[in-house]
Amino acid sequence: MAETALEAHAEHYTHAHQFDDYAQQTESVFLGMWAFLATEVLFFGALFAAYFVYRYLYYDAYAASATEYLNTGLGMVNTLVLLVSSFTMALGVHAAQMGNRAKTSLYLIATILLACVFLGVKVVEYKAKYDHHVMPGMATFGEDFAHEADMKDIDVNHARVFFSLYFCMTGLHALHIVIGIGALLTILFLNQRKWFSPSYYSPVEMVGLYWHFVDVVWVFLFPLLYLIPKVHQ
Amino acid sequence: MSGHVVPIRTYFTIFILLMVLLFITYAASLVNLGPHGSLNLAIAMTIAIVKATLIILFFMHVKYSSRLVWVYAGASFVWLLIMFAITFGDYLTRGWMPVSHY
Repeated sequence: MAETALEAHAEHYTHAHQFDDYAQQTESVFLGMWAFLATEVLFFGALFAAYFVYRYLYYDAYAASATEYLNTGLGMVNTLVLLVSSFTMALGVHAAQMGNRAKTSLYLIATILLACVFLGVKVVEYKAKYDHHVMPGMATFGEDFAHEADMKDIDVNHARVFFSLYFCMTGLHALHIVIGIGALLTILFLNQRKWFSPSYYSPVEMVGLYWHFVDVVWVFLFPLLYLIPKVHQ
Repeated sequence: MSGHVVPIRTYFTIFILLMVLLFITYAASLVNLGPHGSLNLAIAMTIAIVKATLIILFFMHVKYSSRLVWVYAGASFVWLLIMFAITFGDYLTRGWMPVSHY
């Protein structure tokens, strides 16, 4: 059977002409990806800095809001889902390294499905926030506070800061998940077209790097947002 | 660097470790550690850093990469620490010096 151009590209790949060899090329790819991830670390880092400053200043509002309105169970589910998706992604890269196209596609699909589960849970959580009037920007923000034992003594503006950070941080993270799904679908499509081989699988690995980064961000988001200890005695 | 194939067994071990650390994080959050629960944040963050390090070293293959990749990966967090140090230094030291009110 004659090889398609894509198959020929994959099977006979050595390296791009500007590099000395494939090892140098892959190292460059890694460095470029990490340079990008460094910008992402600082992108999220700025929000984390704001989070910590206001946790220091408005701790009571943080603890009460998190205890009252954030569902730790769902947060745990999402953390588990993302950790499993990182595992399936790593297995997908491994399958690409071994030239097993069918397995690569399977693991990529598994990662995408887990990502969709994550987003579904987020939708459920955001809807709950809306129903409880704790979405910043709502005219009715905080109207339940007077009736909640935990929230009675909390300054509504302090709570507003907490929820603004909650939505900005998880929202930005969810946006990264959506973009990640797009990247995964692209790699899946290319893999189906036999674009990758044991000699050429860098794009799969780089999408993997992006995906693991998204997981790392959530690993920090979860304890910081969901597991705030109750108010100091 | 990506020439190295990590055995699936390694991935699986790291995955189990991450699960265990997740449940330890959750269990620790149920208890107030240190006086008035002041240690809870430090413990949760320490566990999170361990998890992140495992993901970065093994899933992202940094452990098997060249020193240069290590530098690039580490640099991100060095810059993050600079931002945290200066920002928190500002807020934490407010009220330490007398201020003119003119």
